[in-house]
Amino acid sequence: MFFLRCYWKHPEFRVGVADILPTVPGMAAWGMMTGVAMVKSGMSVFEASAMTLLVYAGSSQLAAIPLIAAAAPMSVILATGLCVNLRFVVFSAHLRPYFQHLPRGPRWLTGYLIADLNYVTFVQRFPVPGESAAQRQAQQAYLAGNCGITWVSWMLASGLGIALAQVIPTRWGLGFAGILALVAVLCSLLSSRLRSVSAVVAAAVAILAYGLPLRLNILVAITAAVACCMALEQWPVPAGKERP
Amino acid sequence: MNGTDAWTLLTILGLAALTVLTRCFFFLFDQPWTLAPWVQRGLVYAPMAALSAVVLPEVLTVQGHAISHWQDARPWAAALGVAYYFWRRGVMGTIVVGMAVYLPLHIGLGW
Repeated sequence: MFFLRCYWKHPEFRVGVADILPTVPGMAAWGMMTGVAMVKSGMSVFEASAMTLLVYAGSSQLAAIPLIAAAAPMSVILATGLCVNLRFVVFSAHLRPYFQHLPRGPRWLTGYLIADLNYVTFVQRFPVPGESAAQRQAQQAYLAGNCGITWVSWMLASGLGIALAQVIPTRWGLGFAGILALVAVLCSLLSSRLRSVSAVVAAAVAILAYGLPLRLNILVAITAAVACCMALEQWPVPAGKERP
Repeated sequence: MNGTDAWTLLTILGLAALTVLTRCFFFLFDQPWTLAPWVQRGLVYAPMAALSAVVLPEVLTVQGHAISHWQDARPWAAALGVAYYFWRRGVMGTIVVGMAVYLPLHIGLGW
């Protein structure tokens, strides 16, 4: 965890920071607009601050904001939040062997702090879970830097958005910078043919299944893309091509 | 000034619990078990799939319906951002170029 001093000196801490730093302008713009959206929807500054500090999940916050404003039943709001977050369940399956050695408290806290881009950059940097104590230490140090930067910049940006909600115009669409950050990281992952297939299939299915309620299209798209790639893995690899 | 109510705060606490529950789902408990090897292999493709599924509908559709006219700032901004990425390999530059295309089209021309 990023507030543990023992990780700050580790060389992987800096690598973790460097890997996520370029995405910060995009994520900060998105965080700021989330802060603005909360206050403009009618939430009090206290409620908006609590939501930022506790929920710490941009997409589920954005899905919940209009529902809270419309005084929807709590069950509907929570069901929506759950479905928007279902992709994290897939990530947690992937991350389990990396974290299972941790005691429960730190394990939950580490999991809680891993947003989409932290997960993506982490498994890109460490394709295999650590076996030795030194490897595990390195992976935790990487996450400390990586998640620490994301957390701090998201909180500062959201706080700014909450404070200046009446001044910052939503129609400028500054939050689009967050989408561009995700686009750039997506491009950085397209290192093999099957990975590209995964991206194309997921995008196509996510768009075709957009009509599904509660943003379940995301989960269906991930499942379809993974299944498609695994089926294609059975085919022989052309000479000179690498598997991911 | 907007008011604070207990019901909203309770909802926020519920959403926070869901963040923990979903992000930690498969390592909430201590019981030892391992994923089947084929599942682990498949999960290698999950990061790309998740990002793509989240991002591309935001760039190419309006609430899930394919963009029907070319006067939309988002696909242009994203396309030039991607072009920059493959030219220079910079994430930050992609954001800057994309926004440099997006903001004038969106604010200036109303796309």
